[in-house]
Amino acid sequence: MSKDNQILEEFTSKEYEHGWSVDFEADEAPAGLNETIIRWISAKKEEPKWLLEWRLKAFQTWQKMTEPEWANVHYPKIDLQALKYYSAPKQKSKPKNLDEVDPELLQIYERLGISLNEQKKLQGIAVDAVLDSVSVGTTFKETLGKLGIVFSSFSEAVHEHPELVKKYLGSVVPMTDNYYAALNSAVFSDGSFCYIPKGVRCPMELSTYFRINAANTGQFERTLIVAEDDAYVSYLEGCTAPQRDENQLHAAVVEIYAATNAEVKYSTVQNWYPGDKNGKGGIYNFVTKRGICAGNHSKISWTQVETGSAVTWKYPSCILKGDNSIGEFYSVAVTNNYQQADTGTKMIHIGKNTKSRIVSKGISAGKSQNSYRGQVQVMKRADNSRNFSQCDSLLMGDRCGAHTFPYIDIQNSSAKVEHEATTSKIGEDQIFYCNQRGIATEDAVALIVNGYAKEVLNQLPMEFAVEAQKLLALTLEGSVG
Amino acid sequence: MLSIKNLHASIEGTPILKGINLEIKAGEVHAIMGPNGSGKSTLASVLAGREEYEVTEGEVTFKGKDLLELSPEDRAREGVFLAFQYPVEIPGVSTTNFLRTAVNQVREYRGQEALDAVKFLSLMKEKMKLVEIDQKLMSRALNEGFSGGEKKRNEIFQMAMLEPTLSVLDETDSGLDIDALRIVSNGVNKLKSKDNATVVVTHYQRLLDYIVPDFVHVLYKGQIVKSGTKELAMELEEKGYDWIKAEVDGASV
Ligand SMILES: Nc1ncnc2c1ncn2[C@@H]1O[C@H](COP(=O)(O)OP(=O)(O)OP(=O)(O)O)[C@@H](O)[C@H]1O
Ligand SMILES: [Mg+2]
Repeated sequence: MSKDNQILEEFTSKEYEHGWSVDFEADEAPAGLNETIIRWISAKKEEPKWLLEWRLKAFQTWQKMTEPEWANVHYPKIDLQALKYYSAPKQKSKPKNLDEVDPELLQIYERLGISLNEQKKLQGIAVDAVLDSVSVGTTFKETLGKLGIVFSSFSEAVHEHPELVKKYLGSVVPMTDNYYAALNSAVFSDGSFCYIPKGVRCPMELSTYFRINAANTGQFERTLIVAEDDAYVSYLEGCTAPQRDENQLHAAVVEIYAATNAEVKYSTVQNWYPGDKNGKGGIYNFVTKRGICAGNHSKISWTQVETGSAVTWKYPSCILKGDNSIGEFYSVAVTNNYQQADTGTKMIHIGKNTKSRIVSKGISAGKSQNSYRGQVQVMKRADNSRNFSQCDSLLMGDRCGAHTFPYIDIQNSSAKVEHEATTSKIGEDQIFYCNQRGIATEDAVALIVNGYAKEVLNQLPMEFAVEAQKLLALTLEGSVG
Repeated sequence: MLSIKNLHASIEGTPILKGINLEIKAGEVHAIMGPNGSGKSTLASVLAGREEYEVTEGEVTFKGKDLLELSPEDRAREGVFLAFQYPVEIPGVSTTNFLRTAVNQVREYRGQEALDAVKFLSLMKEKMKLVEIDQKLMSRALNEGFSGGEKKRNEIFQMAMLEPTLSVLDETDSGLDIDALRIVSNGVNKLKSKDNATVVVTHYQRLLDYIVPDFVHVLYKGQIVKSGTKELAMELEEKGYDWIKAEVDGASV
């Protein structure tokens, strides 16, 4: 109950509130994309040879690929040669721990409401802060380390746990997977690495906060989460970017591996800069997220709240390989003004008695286009598989669009697949009813939208749910009345 | 408290209200009756500020203010409450949460401090007793899947929570069972004071046995064609509207 109200109280500002940027000296790669740049990035990060080779192989693969055009999104071609592929704030020396991190950088995160000071910690959340191409710092490393949990920047993991990185990198999303995944594999900068050893339940939420600061720079982060047998972790990801006139590219890859009886909960509140009211600027968000339920009785659950980006192309998926494994996808995608989102999920049932659940709530306002694209595939061996999909669209006004593209492929006759879809409009009568009880229209919209998205928002950890509700309200401001 | 002068309103170009005059003083109960489609709900909606209705003529003052100038939410905050003939469902929003938002926005407008969760819940408990509404309804989505009677009872519960100065109850009695009618009416009576006023729109004399009106008005073809005391309601119950229709239609031919 208090969640909604907190939102309404906190919800005051009118524009994209994270649109500022900070000037600091940066270490940048020259613009352009070629082998030399990739070698440059790898050298900068002092990477082992195998990783450089992996990147180069990905680059060669990528060169043979073409940009996908099947998604229901339209945007001018991105000139990948005009982008910079690495930008890192210059630090005097490599900080060994958070105390040594440049206070100016820490301030960027303070301003975003994320304290990297462990004393002032966000209750029970460990944070990895990634600024442009590098991780600025990770909190609670020691506390987690005592349990054998590794939570660090990806670059650091490459040095400290090369065997783990080597084993799992590209195991869920191979470099050949798609155009953006191949590009990411070639030029990825930083991201988070989580490893939960056998039998350990991670006692706090692990969270990464991505911030783009530099101009004309692509952000290509790579996240890898591994949960061994009987392990549990809840991981959160948040992101913002400055307000800029030109479009910026963000092409991340997230891989999740869940062993026998392991459970991974992955939540995102995506708030990249969406562009202005006239559709100028904004982030192009082309992301590949996939998890594999490798072991029996494992579970992967994706929850996403998508409010930002000019163009979103994103399908967090689950490969249900282990018998009795479970995949879930809960999504709220909001588009306003000229935003375009093509998002959904894939559930691939391979093991027996596998279950998946898809709850997608699209909200479109302004002149935006919002598409749900979902694939449910049941393989031959997947006896008694179950899928339930619920795809709802909420329209605000009559200049926006909502589209649903479900693909169902069933090769086992014992499978049970259910698909429900609804489209509704925010009713004038609902808003009037709220008004008549003294509730202002903007708040009425927030209330109605949050009610509509409740099933998804309920999946989020409390702090994130509050943030997400606020964002929904902000994104839709001025779209009714 | 409320003064309606020569009020004309239309919807999509069709005139519905054609010169309503009505004076309501604090402490009074007015009943509005009239055949289906005569404009009773329209009058209620216009008072509450529903945008679809265009006021083409006339004026409405409420506690000295020009009511028609105010936004619907400000009218509510000033103390106008409408119990809807057809309460609206809002999926996913609990009655509790909805009311907490409403109560605190109204309080803010009135310069009162917001109620914290504890104070709010104790206020809810107190008001729930008044209309004997089931606690279980409070955590369910607002009006979603509520029975007809539950919706009506919930309207009066909301009225109790918001403490309005002018309440317009649009056919709150329809859909209530015999016991519920008594309970809800008692609730309305307990909320009555010398400082507030109630307008009940109804088709049935039965309600007026519980909520006794000081005045009864008959609305027909967008005008108040007859006013009287509670005896008028009895007469209507007995004779129907034909004689009034004949009087009016006869006169206007
Ligand atoms: N959009 C519209 N266009 C034309 N006429 C309309 C429109 N909406 C409502 N009306 C008409 O306005 C008239 C008044 O309706 P209203 O709901 O106020 O009646 P009422 O007195 O409350 O009736 P009831 O006793 O059945 O509740 C009706 O004849 C109705 O059909
Ligand atoms: Mg009516």
